[in-house]
Amino acid sequence: MTVLDPKVERPDQADLDKAADRPEDADQWTARIRHTAVEALPPQRLLPDRQPAYVASWIYVFGVATVAALLVVIATGLVLAVMGPNWWHVSSTGLFVNSLHLWSVEVFFFAMVVHLWGKFFMAAWRGKRRATWITGVVSFLVSVGAAFTGYLSQQNFDSQWISTQAKDGINSTGAGAIFNVTNFGQMLMWHIVLLPLCVIALVGVHVLMVRLRGVVPPFAADDETPDGSQGSVDGPAEVSA
Amino acid sequence: MPAITLVFGTMFGSLIDLNRPGHYVHWGFIQMSYANLLVIVLMLLVFVAAILIPFKTHRDKRADR
Repeated sequence: MTVLDPKVERPDQADLDKAADRPEDADQWTARIRHTAVEALPPQRLLPDRQPAYVASWIYVFGVATVAALLVVIATGLVLAVMGPNWWHVSSTGLFVNSLHLWSVEVFFFAMVVHLWGKFFMAAWRGKRRATWITGVVSFLVSVGAAFTGYLSQQNFDSQWISTQAKDGINSTGAGAIFNVTNFGQMLMWHIVLLPLCVIALVGVHVLMVRLRGVVPPFAADDETPDGSQGSVDGPAEVSA
Repeated sequence: MPAITLVFGTMFGSLIDLNRPGHYVHWGFIQMSYANLLVIVLMLLVFVAAILIPFKTHRDKRADR
């Protein structure tokens, strides 16, 4: 470990920067993780100013639209969690935020399905993008679970109907032993803790994979290597983001 | 009731009234509410529109000026 000058009670950032990246510290786990992360995702790749020219199409908008809707889902969900069911069932502001939560979920799934169709017909798993595709698929499936437990957490006749209809299906799979759809407390915890954490983590990894591998190039008219690995994401033809 | 709500409510509410007990389409073993069918049709329309409608880039906007 590098020891800073003990005379300096509180080192400023310049001192810390000077202390970083010393050859004798290269084997520390902090240095190794930092180097690996910066090498894989340098800031200009993490938040680029320009995109390949083929990205100039509306079909490429639906991924970011999904993320935007997810942010609204999370923000409104946090407000609902703070204020509680008496507020979202009774007050007009609570009902409004509750509706915002529902409709942002509708937009989230709408945009995600259009994004999914677009990527499916582009064969977006080409060019070492399998992990991007898989994290997207798993995000979709976990999101279905998050939405389902949300419907079970409404505390109204609708949620009663859905849970009693769902229990037979879930029980027939054997999963009912640990996932009881008529247990309101369990469904609420899955909805506001477990599944949102999974969705946020999966979407985060998915977006990082997109930044790491780049947006999949379209099929060329005279494409002779259909695996798409020849497609450059750093070609000369680019447009401003 | 505000005039705009009345106009839009009359125009679209009578065309697609989703504010009532669900109506279902039956195709063999497939059963789906009109509301869900409507959302699927809208997604298909948006998908086709996203492919067909030109996307204006910053370069296009600069060329227009």
